[in-house]
Amino acid sequence: MNALKIWIGKSGLGSVLILALIILVVFPLTMDLFRLNLVGKYLTYGFVAVGLVMLWGYGGVLSLGQGVFFGLGGYMMAMFMKLEASDPVTTKIQSTPGIPDFMDWNQITELPFWWEPFRHLPLALIAVLLVPTLLAFIISYAMFKRRVGGVYFAIITQAVALIMTVLIIGQQGYTGGVNGITDLKTMLGWDTREDTAKYILYFVNGGLLIGAILLCRWIQMSKLGTLLLAMRDKEDRVRFSGYDVSMFKVFAFCLAAMLSAIGGAMFTLQVGFMSPSFVGIVPSIEMVIFAAVGGRMSLVGAVYGTLLVNFGKTYFSESFPDLWLFLMAALFIGVVLAFPNGLAGLYESHVKPLFGRRKAKPETTAAPGDGTPHTSTGGKPLSRGAPISGDVQGQSA
Amino acid sequence: MSNTDFVLAVEDLTVSFDGFKAIDALTLYVDRGELRVIIGPNGAGKTTLLDLICGKTRASAGSIKFKNVEMTKLQEHKIVRAGIGRKFQTPSIYENLSVFKNLEVSFPRGRSVFGALGFRCTDEVRERVQSVADEIGLGDALDVEAGLLSHGQKQWLEIGMLLMQEPELLMLDEPIAGMSVRERELTAELLARICKGRSVIVIEHDMDFVKRIAHKVTVMHQGKILAEGSMDKVQNDPKVIDVYLGH
Repeated sequence: MNALKIWIGKSGLGSVLILALIILVVFPLTMDLFRLNLVGKYLTYGFVAVGLVMLWGYGGVLSLGQGVFFGLGGYMMAMFMKLEASDPVTTKIQSTPGIPDFMDWNQITELPFWWEPFRHLPLALIAVLLVPTLLAFIISYAMFKRRVGGVYFAIITQAVALIMTVLIIGQQGYTGGVNGITDLKTMLGWDTREDTAKYILYFVNGGLLIGAILLCRWIQMSKLGTLLLAMRDKEDRVRFSGYDVSMFKVFAFCLAAMLSAIGGAMFTLQVGFMSPSFVGIVPSIEMVIFAAVGGRMSLVGAVYGTLLVNFGKTYFSESFPDLWLFLMAALFIGVVLAFPNGLAGLYESHVKPLFGRRKAKPETTAAPGDGTPHTSTGGKPLSRGAPISGDVQGQSA
Repeated sequence: MSNTDFVLAVEDLTVSFDGFKAIDALTLYVDRGELRVIIGPNGAGKTTLLDLICGKTRASAGSIKFKNVEMTKLQEHKIVRAGIGRKFQTPSIYENLSVFKNLEVSFPRGRSVFGALGFRCTDEVRERVQSVADEIGLGDALDVEAGLLSHGQKQWLEIGMLLMQEPELLMLDEPIAGMSVRERELTAELLARICKGRSVIVIEHDMDFVKRIAHKVTVMHQGKILAEGSMDKVQNDPKVIDVYLGH
């Protein structure tokens, strides 16, 4: 029993358990369906934030283009649902029945071949997982093999986000343009707009998010997690210990992309549409802010950060719509300057010591062999400069 | 280039940075089991030479053969996997991790992404970590966060991280810089022990230390080799005296 306690403490499962209770029990009991659906929407961003903890916090790679993967996941879910909503009977007033309405409006008379796979749910789900990951692999492999990193990489991810928005808006006939893909109703005949469906989707979403956190926690506790931390601080030492550093970064980027895509797909299911406004530069940066506020070293913290910023956004943008963006920017600057490890960092440095004296003992007696990198989670703030300068050096060499 | 019995054969190696030849047609052979010390004034190209061998810097011309395999085109991690370990000038360890973790991460298994995911710290790994830690005098400090070690201990830890990989060629850049007299002695003993069964290249400035550890000394000056041989021979070479005392 005691050993179990120590293990839960070390692996950080306690905090995951608390989060799971809040998401899966407290929220559903205390909120009406409208609010709960809103929280469900926020939690889909939580996937992106959790991915950013792995990529940015652990891997030291800042991506300002996570919206691309969130959007891709969401769009591919939307494509499936749109095709289901566009059966020939419902769309018989169109000049070409059986294709999505926006295609008909754009004088397209035939379903493009790359829409075909999205008639089938299994194929659509596979695409949700694989297409964004594949894109992430191509981008990151090309960049990291050439030792592009730090700010340069961040700028490139921004460019990708911009390209993606332009592409989606420009190809209106195939993508629904600036409106996105709307009027999504059913998944295999199951009406996702009904109350029970909304509840079910909320719990599926929450469960998946907890699952994603557990998966990331497992990765953090493996040697790969240790290596990511080691790489971020001493990239050359890892490289000259026989590791192909670039492939580890590629892995982190693909992982973050896949998680974002799952979030995007869940967003589409719960909100009922997908549009380019979740793909571009601004939403991508917002997602980084979620992770930064929550704490980029803490998986659980990132989810709290996402919830907090989004609640703030909802309330403030209702009362002061013009001020919200400024407030958001101030929040980001404030976080970076004042508490670089976010809410989780504040918790580690201010709250934990209050009741940490009892806890400290079992941790020191723990076996060294399977120690977690917890020392570094609460440790000193990490200079984001370090990996950047390392990459510049690497490039000139 | 011809094949040789040497563990490391550097031939006609040249690297130029914007026209400046940091290493100029340098040829150097290192025997198996040899402890070679490279000395030379600042800017002689000693560290650059190590950078070239381990792949951190790419050669403009020439060849570096390790056990008769060409290394100049290989990626850094492949050079390491071939059996060349390199210690950097300033201790380069993972400060946030424990001594144990530092050594464990350096264990040469689970080096691919998915290999690292599936890596388990088995008894074999633990034993190896313990034996290396004992070797470098950190056997009792496995749980200590590496950042809290003394400067000398950090240097040893990095040497230990290299030993975990069991390299056949070990390159140490100023291993005793900033060490106390006692630590220097311990390091000299450590080097004498670890060069059994492998070749070691050491860059060093401290002549007493060099005299104590070196099998053979190479003097570099302006990217070239000025003299090579036993410490006595090198010390009495008029060219060497000129470079060190002249100007």
